[in-house]
Amino acid sequence: MKVSLILEIAKALMLARFKQTMIAAIGVVFSITMFVALLGFMNGLNKLLDGLILNRTPHIRFYNEIKPSVNQPIDLADEFSNFYNIIRSVKPAASRLSIYNNEAIIRTLEEDPRVLGVAPKLSAQVFYNVGTIDITGVINGIDVEAESKLFAFTDYVTAGNYIDLKNTSNSIILGKGAADRMMAEIGDVIQATTSQGNRVQLKVVGYYQSGLGDLDNVQSYASIGTVQKMMGETASYVTDIQVKLKDFNLAPAMARDYRDIFGIDADDIQTVNAQFETGTNIRTLISYAVGITLLIVSGFGIYNILNMMIYEKMDTIAILKAIGFSGRDVNNIFITIALTIGFVGGTIGLILGFMAGLGIERIPFETEALPTVKTFPVDFNPKYYIIAAIFSIVTTYFAGYFPARKASGVDPVEIIRGK
Amino acid sequence: MLETPVLEAQKVNKYFFSPDKTQVLKEVTFQVTRGEFVSIMGKSGCGKSTLLYILSTMDTDYEGKLLIDGEVISGKSPSYLSKIRNEKIGFVFQFHYLLNEFSVLENVMIPGLKLNKKSRPELEHIAMEKLKIFDMQDHALKKANQLSGGQKQRVAIARSLMNDPLIIMGDEPTGNLDKRNSDIVFNIFKELAKEFKQTMLIVTHDAEFAAGTDRIIEMEDGYIIKQ
Repeated sequence: MKVSLILEIAKALMLARFKQTMIAAIGVVFSITMFVALLGFMNGLNKLLDGLILNRTPHIRFYNEIKPSVNQPIDLADEFSNFYNIIRSVKPAASRLSIYNNEAIIRTLEEDPRVLGVAPKLSAQVFYNVGTIDITGVINGIDVEAESKLFAFTDYVTAGNYIDLKNTSNSIILGKGAADRMMAEIGDVIQATTSQGNRVQLKVVGYYQSGLGDLDNVQSYASIGTVQKMMGETASYVTDIQVKLKDFNLAPAMARDYRDIFGIDADDIQTVNAQFETGTNIRTLISYAVGITLLIVSGFGIYNILNMMIYEKMDTIAILKAIGFSGRDVNNIFITIALTIGFVGGTIGLILGFMAGLGIERIPFETEALPTVKTFPVDFNPKYYIIAAIFSIVTTYFAGYFPARKASGVDPVEIIRGK
Repeated sequence: MLETPVLEAQKVNKYFFSPDKTQVLKEVTFQVTRGEFVSIMGKSGCGKSTLLYILSTMDTDYEGKLLIDGEVISGKSPSYLSKIRNEKIGFVFQFHYLLNEFSVLENVMIPGLKLNKKSRPELEHIAMEKLKIFDMQDHALKKANQLSGGQKQRVAIARSLMNDPLIIMGDEPTGNLDKRNSDIVFNIFKELAKEFKQTMLIVTHDAEFAAGTDRIIEMEDGYIIKQ
C-alpha cells in the first residue's frame, strides 16, 4: 500500500480537526514532560541519598570482629564428643582487633584486577577533654590520599584543607557536631584521651560534615600515623581494610572468597546496606507508577478524540471504502493519526521534560544536613528519555488501535444508505 | 463470439434479518454489456438500491453469483474486493460524498493515488482532464465544501471516471438535485455514454431520466419485472 497517500489522508483528517488533535497531543506532551521530569528528579534525589551512604561505604570491608570463639574447649573433649553441648553465657575471647599481616593482605588485594583501590583504616575511641568534661568520640585514622580518592572524603570536608591532615603532624579534622560542642575553631589545639589513657594534643585543621547528624557528633578524622601514635601502636596496626571495586556487584562473592583466604571477617556493601537498596527500589517504583498512570490517562484522551473523529468522519470513511480503500487502509490511516499525535507529543514532551529538569536543577536546595548540595539534584539518565519515548508511542498506538479497528469495520453501505 | 458481459448477476437472493427475515431480492439475473447505459427503476423499497450495493461489491451478504468482467467475485476477500472497486468500478451517490478535507482536484485524484500505477504529476494531469469534461477545471483548487450541490455531483462523477472504470454505478445521482442541475448531470451521463462509450448502471426513480437510457430494468418487490 502506498504509504504517502495514507499519510496525506491522515494529515488532512488531523488538520480538519486541528484543535482536537492539538488537545490530544498536549495531553501526551504534558504526561511525557511530567514523566521525564519526575523520574529525573526522583532518581536525582535517590542517587543523592544513596550516595550519602554508599559513596563512603567500602564495597568490601575487612576487620576482626569481637565475638565468642566458635570452638569451645568442651567440643574438643573426647568424653563429651557424643553429646549435644550447650554452654550458656559464653563471653568473647580476647582477640586482637588489629588485622594480622595486613600489609600482605593489602598487597594481595591491590594486585587483584577487580579492585579499584584499597584504603587501610584505624578507629580509636577517645574522650575529648573540654574543660572539666569529657566528650566521647571516635577518631578514624585514615590514609588521607586513598580515602579522598576512593570515598570522596574531600566532599565532606566543609572547612579547612583535607591535605593538611597529612602534612601537619598531630592534626585532626573534627566532625562538625563535635567541633560545635567543643567550640573548636580551625587552628585551635584540642586535647583527647585515648582508651589506653594516653593524652594527646591535636590541632584542628578542618571540619567534617557528612549530613548525618549522629555521625558528625562522634566521628573525626586524623591520619593513620597520628592515630597509631595516639594509641601507642606500631605502624602495622590497622583495624579495617576498606576495598573499592570496579564493579560493586562482585562484592558479595569476593567478600566470601577473601573471608576464607585471609581468615578474617569481611562485609560486602549489599549486605550492610540492604535497606538503602529497598528504599531506592520503592521510590523508583512509585515514580514509574505515577509516570505510567499519566501516560495511560493521556492515552484515554487520544482514544476519546479518535473515537469522536471517527463518528464525525463516518462519511469520509464510507466514501474511502467505496472508492477502493480496504478496511486495512482505513485502519492504517487512524493508527497513523494516533502515532503522529504520540510522536509529536512525545518529542515535544521530551524536550520540555529536559528543560523542566534543567529548571529543577537550578532551584536552590541548601540544607545543613547536605553540605555538598546547593540545588535540587536531577538525574539526566537517557534511560528515562528512551522509556518515555517508547511509552508515548506504545500508549498512543493502543489508544488508536480500538478506534481504528472500529473505523475499519465501518460498513459503507449502511452509511451511504442511511442518509 | 459473444463479448463477455461487463457485469453479470446470476440468481441473486438477498435477505434482511431485522426485524424479521424478509427476502428483498428474488432470483435477480441480468447482464450489462460493454458500452451499455442501463437504468434500474422501481418504487421505493423494491430493492433496487440493495441490488446496486451488491453489484458494487460493498455488500457481500447475499446468495447467488456475481461476475465482473467474466470473473466470479462472489466470496472473494474484502481486500480483493476493495481493489476491484478501486480499479473497475466508479461510483456516483445521491449525496455527492466528496471528502471535505481535500481540494476538488485531490478528490478526483484519490482513486488514482490509491491505484498507484501512475506518478503524481501524471495523475494531476488526468484529473484535470476529467474536470475539464465537466467544465469544472476552474474550481480545481477549491475545497470540496465550497461547491454547490450540482458542482459537487459533477466532481463526484469526474472522480468516478478517474481510473477509467469498466462500469459506473450511480445511486439516484440526480435524486438530490434541483431540476436545472439534474438536467446538467443527466446530460453528462448521456454524453459519457455516447462519446466515451462508458458502461453505466444507474438506479433512479426518475422516469424522465430512465427514458433517456439504452435499457430500463424495472423492479418490483425484489423481482425484475421487465428488461
